[in-house]
Amino acid sequence: MSTMTFGRAINAGLRKAMEDDPKVLLMGEDIGKLGGVFRITDGLQKDFGAHRVIDTPLAEAAIMGTAVGLAYRGFRPVCEIQFDGFIYPGFDQIVCQVAKLHYRTQGRVKMPITIRVPFGGGIGSPEHHSESPEAYFTHTSGLRVVAVSNPQDAYTMIRQAIACDDPVLYFEPKRRYHTKGEVEEGGALSLAPSMESARTVAAGTDVTLVTYGPLVSTALDAATAAADDGVSIEVIDLRSLAPVDYAVVEASVRRTGRLVITHEAAQSGGLGAEIAASITERCFNFLEAAPVRVTGFDIPYPASKLEKHHLPDLDRILDGVDRALGRPNSQSGLEG
Amino acid sequence: MGHGEAGTAGQGQDMLQLITDKGVRVSHPELDPYIADVTDEELVKLYEDMVVVRRIDTEATALQRQGELALWPPLLGQEASQIGSARALRPDDFVFSSYRENGVAYCRGVDLTDLIRVWRGNASSGWDPYEINMATPQIIIGAQTLHATGYALGIQQDGADSAAVAYFGDGATSEGDVNEAMVFAASFQVPVIFFCQNNHWAISEPVGLQSHIPLAGRAAGFGIPSMRVDGNDVLAVLAATRWALERARSGGGPSFIEAVTYRMGPHTTADDPTRYRDANELEDWRAKDPIARVAALLEASGALTPAMEEQIAAAADGVAKDLRAGCLGLVDPEPEAVFAHVYATPNSWLERQQEHYSRYLAGFSADTTEGSN
Repeated sequence: MSTMTFGRAINAGLRKAMEDDPKVLLMGEDIGKLGGVFRITDGLQKDFGAHRVIDTPLAEAAIMGTAVGLAYRGFRPVCEIQFDGFIYPGFDQIVCQVAKLHYRTQGRVKMPITIRVPFGGGIGSPEHHSESPEAYFTHTSGLRVVAVSNPQDAYTMIRQAIACDDPVLYFEPKRRYHTKGEVEEGGALSLAPSMESARTVAAGTDVTLVTYGPLVSTALDAATAAADDGVSIEVIDLRSLAPVDYAVVEASVRRTGRLVITHEAAQSGGLGAEIAASITERCFNFLEAAPVRVTGFDIPYPASKLEKHHLPDLDRILDGVDRALGRPNSQSGLEG
Repeated sequence: MGHGEAGTAGQGQDMLQLITDKGVRVSHPELDPYIADVTDEELVKLYEDMVVVRRIDTEATALQRQGELALWPPLLGQEASQIGSARALRPDDFVFSSYRENGVAYCRGVDLTDLIRVWRGNASSGWDPYEINMATPQIIIGAQTLHATGYALGIQQDGADSAAVAYFGDGATSEGDVNEAMVFAASFQVPVIFFCQNNHWAISEPVGLQSHIPLAGRAAGFGIPSMRVDGNDVLAVLAATRWALERARSGGGPSFIEAVTYRMGPHTTADDPTRYRDANELEDWRAKDPIARVAALLEASGALTPAMEEQIAAAADGVAKDLRAGCLGLVDPEPEAVFAHVYATPNSWLERQQEHYSRYLAGFSADTTEGSN
């Protein structure tokens, strides 16, 4: 067990995956000598060589498309998309090829491609550097989507993503890269919790608060603050966004009767809507109140001096909790 | 090779030929060495391949007209481009094609029924790509050029001397994927061949809309040596492909071949070319037919006799008969197939939907047995 930053944990996980399997190779922009703009691949090219840590020309469609060809030949490419907002040139190859080739070929061709995406806001960047595009991918069959929230998961789940025979979008909360945590390195993946499993990170009895990625620590802060106010919040870190581990969410909601979902991504057509619908279908009779979403607004990502108004924070999450509990809140007196 | 050096202005822009439209063998100093070993018997085999794939194409088109196939993309007119290139390949080379390369698939050894499985709507792919080293044909225009480039990067990593071949058309050259593929291929110097069949039409759009210069000329901008050949000349195509393969196998990196041919038929059986192209143009190209010119050449030398031609035509009819029988014998997929292979590993979302749908379907059979509702 050692203490390391979130970013370092991903680096260690990548290193372990490359040591374990010579077919694993990394591709991306500036990931070689520079170690990536966030230094996540720091030192890996030096240790594994330029043939396994490949600086590519600046073309995301080509990064994804050549990864498909490499997978056809039996490699396990790990592609770094430099920023969330830069993934769209590669969208066609991800959605039409990476996601569908296993189905198209009736299981004959596997696409064990991992796509690492630093995502989310809170770092004061210009446009295209703070987006949360996960719902585009959770809506695409054939892909698995995960979002990590702490260094240990970052380490273990990058290894699981790379070992998985399905393509995995691996979302990294860039504003948490410098958060430190304890990480147990090594260890057999077969003994780790399934990549598809959600985790209850704080037990509670009054309301179930579901989130993932960067907002997990905010949600935990909200639970601590609410406890002072006599409200007991159960916090669930989804970890997997496609598929969602509904068994864990459903079991919690059956106990609390109340559901709040929070994410940075825009509200309409988002993951919160999907979770609210699915949980309503599965345990409607256990719900004491309508599910509540606390999300980013349906806007293009705003200028950095405005992002604090866009991103759900502790107070907005608590306001959502109050709505679920029928306590006085910002929407009191409004219909619906 | 005059085209071996990247960056030469105007490289690869003359159309090279070894058999004229009339079936006269002409020599070309750059191409001749690559086909010096091709005997008359081997040329007869190439002729036979072209006759057979044209017959397959005719039969598949008929099957579509009779309602047995949902759609078919004819290759009529492009036989020399496909046979000449595919017959240059080794089994361990890997092909990434579009949907029109049925002649290439034939050369790779595809099972005839697998050739039409997709077009009858029975499955999203026909054959196992690893059995014939040819990827599932790509419908998204040009996307496969990146796959070929990535595969070639894998060949390079493995230290093998095989090659990846990307087949695409003139329309695809406008796609970002094709241009990015050439950037990556040149950057990493991978063993990939960009084989462009310029058949002059991207559905209704003439090649002049895609490019104001010969397509082969574009390769120079990427630093990729290119060759422009008569795509209706099976020998010239064979020679050009061998040139590119030699470069790939010896660490020479990517090559670009523009095979100048013509799509004699519609884009697919759903298309109507009379709406957008001149009948005279079709007649001009009919005079450049890839099969007739080889027949003329072989007949003149006595290597192909009327009796042999009859025998080959009969063999082609036999292939067509097998194709038809395979098509009509295809069994419709079971409902469960709709869920199969979305993921390689179990997925809880899909398992739930599949379970619900199975219960839904089971409800119908329960109604039947109970005779009530």
